[in-house]
Amino acid sequence: MTAAAPDKSPATRAPGIAFILKKALASAAVALVLFSLMIGIRTEAGPTGQLIYWTRFGELFSVVAAVFGGSIVIELARQWLGPSDTRQLIPSSVQNGLAFAGQFVAPALLIFALLVPVIFYNQRYLLDLSILVLTYVMLGWGLNVVVGLAGLLDLGYVAFYAVGAYSYGLLATTFGLSFWVCLPLAGLLASLWGVMLGFPVLRLRGDYLAIVTLAFGEIIRLVIINWASLTGGPNGLSGIPRPTFFGIPLTPGDDGLAAKLGIPFSPTHRIVLLFYIILALALLTCWVTIRLRRLPIGRAWEALREDEVACRALGINTTTTKLTAFATGAMFGGFAGAFFATRQGFISPESFTFQESALVLAIVVLGGMGSQLGVVLAAIAMIGGFELFRGLDQYRMLVFGLAMVLLMIWRPRGLIGHRAPTVFLKRAQAISSDLVKEGHG
Amino acid sequence: MAAMDYFAQQLINGLVLGSVYGLIAIGYTMVYGIVGMINFAHGDIFMIGGFIAMISFLVLVSLGLTAVPVILLLVLLVSMAITALYGWTVERIAYRPLRHSFRLAPMLSAIGMSFVLSNFSQVAQGARVKPVAPIITGGYTLHEGASGFVVRLSNIQIVVVLTTIVLLLLFTWIVKRTRLGRDMRACEQDQTMAALLGVDVDRTISMTFVIGAALAAVAGMMYLLYYGLVDFFMGFVAGIKAFTAAVLGGIGSLPGAMLGGLAIGLIETMWSAYFSVEYKDVAAFSILIVVLIFMPTGLLGRPEIEKV
Repeated sequence: MTAAAPDKSPATRAPGIAFILKKALASAAVALVLFSLMIGIRTEAGPTGQLIYWTRFGELFSVVAAVFGGSIVIELARQWLGPSDTRQLIPSSVQNGLAFAGQFVAPALLIFALLVPVIFYNQRYLLDLSILVLTYVMLGWGLNVVVGLAGLLDLGYVAFYAVGAYSYGLLATTFGLSFWVCLPLAGLLASLWGVMLGFPVLRLRGDYLAIVTLAFGEIIRLVIINWASLTGGPNGLSGIPRPTFFGIPLTPGDDGLAAKLGIPFSPTHRIVLLFYIILALALLTCWVTIRLRRLPIGRAWEALREDEVACRALGINTTTTKLTAFATGAMFGGFAGAFFATRQGFISPESFTFQESALVLAIVVLGGMGSQLGVVLAAIAMIGGFELFRGLDQYRMLVFGLAMVLLMIWRPRGLIGHRAPTVFLKRAQAISSDLVKEGHG
Repeated sequence: MAAMDYFAQQLINGLVLGSVYGLIAIGYTMVYGIVGMINFAHGDIFMIGGFIAMISFLVLVSLGLTAVPVILLLVLLVSMAITALYGWTVERIAYRPLRHSFRLAPMLSAIGMSFVLSNFSQVAQGARVKPVAPIITGGYTLHEGASGFVVRLSNIQIVVVLTTIVLLLLFTWIVKRTRLGRDMRACEQDQTMAALLGVDVDRTISMTFVIGAALAAVAGMMYLLYYGLVDFFMGFVAGIKAFTAAVLGGIGSLPGAMLGGLAIGLIETMWSAYFSVEYKDVAAFSILIVVLIFMPTGLLGRPEIEKV
């Protein structure tokens, strides 16, 4: 550290105990007013239908005290850590080591994912959980095409998930088509809806686009609820057939897969099959995305994300670019939806609320928008976190919302915060002034 | 004439509903005008306003107050004050640190805040709908048709519309005539320049949120009085509809927001009356999409020019 470095002695930086206390007291006072009625008084419809209320000053006091204590802690932490960037805390040798290890994270995760059904064969709960995580990984990767690559904020992604799920559910229950026939159809229908949504919203940007996609997601959900003759309305659609191993059912009977392979039947086989289906689908999504990024269309998506006006000036057709992004993202959403339907065997509009969209979006954002590995880590963290807080069910969304706000404040670029375009100049090239001088070259 | 009477009744109902939407829409439009972000949590601020009005009403009645105008005035003041503080806190916690972050950050943080507010009120007050007995009763019969259909204008409807008009005038005066309003308009045009000329930008933005939240609280109270119930989830749909109203009227324009609110209220009521109740939300959301596609600047808005 050189002498010119900023003086970090506490005398000049710390504003003192009085300041911290004053700030904490102010926070506590604000909290007291905010929560005075909302927490201090609890209302409930009484037995006669009239509202009754009772006071909860104990809870109110503890919440206000928690705010007071919390704001002291935050203020102290802010002083100790300081505004200096956190990179300095980690020595560069460790950083290099981490970067080196980072290269192996993705292959290691892939091998681990392939082995999950072998390792946890007897732990049904973990298998189910990993299927759930993979479903969200797939949704995250699908949305990543729209949000992470093309930079279009889509708040209605769950609509395509719903379209995929209902396409499979309706086709399978009405016409008796098998999962493997319906899967491409579900993807196709979802991407058709993606194009239908894409057309009108092409002229919109940023926040407006977000609200319109949100409205679109809600419209789809409301139509599903109200069109009861087709979709079963709020009661949902049940009796959706389970997937088969390319036509061979996984049943205990003689024509079942277990009998054909000559092994004893176990219900876990189906779970393992489901696991590998979603793993394959997710890897397909990832592979297609990575390949598309190397194609002109992928480059165009990234260019669109960085600057739409510049894109147009360079002659990129923004209409087609946006439409393909929507359609591609929607198609993967549709695949995931069909998988969801076959896994659950039952679907209802409740599974396709705005909260789902927000959760998938949070996974993409937490993963660092555009990073494939980030989405995986974020999905594990999110869904794992939800499972950990399962006991505190009613606080779950509260914590989720708070986490989203704090994440935006602390790490707006996500866990793996790189958004570097795939193509860039390797090094800055010195250009002779002769070439740029006015009137020359 | 029965058809005419029915129409007149729906017109009254639609205008009342539209006033509530208009009040919420003003909050969206003011914030968008100054900060350029959609305050996604604004619908939930409206919901919080309704809850605080409900609780304070309950407490005041049980304290032995009987004079209805006094109760209403006190409830109005309490819910405006506390909800305004909610608006201020939300801005301070979730938006101010992100003012110079990347484009999507405030939007995502606002979505998070919306979850926080609605789930907070679910945790704090329970998930069940809170019914409130009618506080303002009575009304006038405007016209009684031969078929027996009665066009009524209830007192509560009069209260809602009058309160809306008074508040709209008050806040238009604030924006047009006061120092704060001038600061707000200055920040809307150019924040850096306003700051250079001595306008406290942070404070002005905070005040915008405070005013928006106070108006949302009034809307919440009117909703409570008119429909007699509040629940923790009502902010979401009302929020989207009010945003639609703000867009329809031309985002950034105060009278536009009110006009858009009335239009959305009327469309929703008429759609329910003549087509189907189930699809009334679909109608409102579809209007949002159609308006944004065909006239993104709305009825009274200015076109947005993008500079490179």
